[in-house]
Amino acid sequence: MPSKDVAIIGVGQSSFVRGYEGSIKELAFEAFREAMQDAKITQKDVDASIFCSAPEYDKQRSPAGVMAEYLGLIPQPTFYLENVCSSSSQGVKVAYSMIKAGLHDLVVVCGFQKMSEISSAESQERMGRGADIQWESPFGTMMPGYYALYAQAYMAANGLTLDDLMSVRIKSGTYGQINERAVYRKGVSAADFDPTNEKARMWGPVASPLRVGDCCANADGSSCIILASADRAKALCEKPIWIMGLGAASAAVNMPGRPDFTKGLQGPHLASAEAYKMAGITAADVDVAEVHDCFTIAEIMAYEGLGFAPVGDGKQLIRDKETYKEGRIPVNVDGGLLSKGHPVGATGGSQMRTIVLQLRGEAGPMQVKDPEIGLVHNVGGVGLYSNVTILGR
Amino acid sequence: MGFEKFGRRSFMAATKVAPFVDFLAEGKIMGSVCRDCGAKAFPPRSDCVACLSPNVDWFEMPNKGTLATFSTLQYAPVGFEADAPYTLGLVEFPDGLKLFARLAEDTNLDDVKVGMDVTVRTKEYDDGQLSFEIVKA
Ligand SMILES: [Zn+2]
Repeated sequence: MPSKDVAIIGVGQSSFVRGYEGSIKELAFEAFREAMQDAKITQKDVDASIFCSAPEYDKQRSPAGVMAEYLGLIPQPTFYLENVCSSSSQGVKVAYSMIKAGLHDLVVVCGFQKMSEISSAESQERMGRGADIQWESPFGTMMPGYYALYAQAYMAANGLTLDDLMSVRIKSGTYGQINERAVYRKGVSAADFDPTNEKARMWGPVASPLRVGDCCANADGSSCIILASADRAKALCEKPIWIMGLGAASAAVNMPGRPDFTKGLQGPHLASAEAYKMAGITAADVDVAEVHDCFTIAEIMAYEGLGFAPVGDGKQLIRDKETYKEGRIPVNVDGGLLSKGHPVGATGGSQMRTIVLQLRGEAGPMQVKDPEIGLVHNVGGVGLYSNVTILGR
Repeated sequence: MGFEKFGRRSFMAATKVAPFVDFLAEGKIMGSVCRDCGAKAFPPRSDCVACLSPNVDWFEMPNKGTLATFSTLQYAPVGFEADAPYTLGLVEFPDGLKLFARLAEDTNLDDVKVGMDVTVRTKEYDDGQLSFEIVKA
């Protein structure tokens, strides 16, 4: 029986948008306000705060201090955590550890990213340094190209098709339409991937075999997760959502250090095994999941890394629509990164918010029928940092 | 000569493995091998990760391998725009070592398949930058 030691008592996120018209402090405040009102607490109740982002997009040096000031969380301790796209999942893990260790009873984890804070050219320049700058960036590498390396080898070995990848994108569009916080609110159909369609250019090549429609939407956004010890959670909250399991793993940055590309990313296999063991459950017990679909291929690999499908067989889940809201294991029924958007440092917290709302039965039109256990799979880089978090009622 | 000469565009100059670039000028692609435990590495490194030894030597990489995967990029980051599109690939050698590089510019992409036989060779750009590339066998 997993211990009920640390709970999530409040969740919030901003709308995910293109070109947020405000400062990073104001952006973070949007998620913070919602999470604080959700938890029905004031700043006096907060013992510590953790701020999470990918700093290469920030002009602000050491953001935690200015954030804590603007959110009214001084003089409590605050610090900054970076794990690229999985920063806020790691933030939750660190908050869990602090609470479990007895250092603090109530911790705010706030993820934010204003990708439009710097110019497009500056952003492109930073993108080019996303790999090992010694051995791989000198070839002109980009994130889509790396996931494309996995897609190319995986598709050749496992019979996954471009139409299967399109099906993942169509699913995300189904839910992006009904998520009022999503950056991409339109539905997606096969016609959008038709090369004769000049209006919707989802078929446009980006990094073979991946197309425009296979890549997630960049966005500005923030998320906020408030964690508390069991005593505090029970005193403050009617529907605490417990952290049942945590798992994490790292992987080689340089591609020569990666094992068999036909089997997908390895980190999630390790992270999920650790999280399932801690929670005392198996993949079959998960009722709803959020996975890191920065690219369509990433969602297929996630099905397998989490044990929802055997390695090489993830395609069957999307072909049978088993990851739709009514299916065996609903995945990304909030639109995922593909439609909801991917404000790097905010993404993990946004995924957790979705699962918390699902477990409370407060997910509105996206609600899955009566889920008891939810899972968040949040990956930084090309499987560089893998994080799996299991939540339960 | 420092490491700033490596690749289409280098992002750093100082590294103990900078002689790698001198070898490229001689037409050689070198890995590192530990004098104490024999562990080989590519890309080369100046510290043995297996036994922590600082006693590391050079060895010449194998030439023939297979293409484990590849992708053609239509868009490029800053400093590489003029080259796009170009194709990145990963080579696996029979001894288990792997190498990441671009495919040669004149490669016919219709012929490129996962698992095909490839060779690797050094490459000098017009501006004097030194690199290595993958060629269809
Ligand atoms: Zn050694």
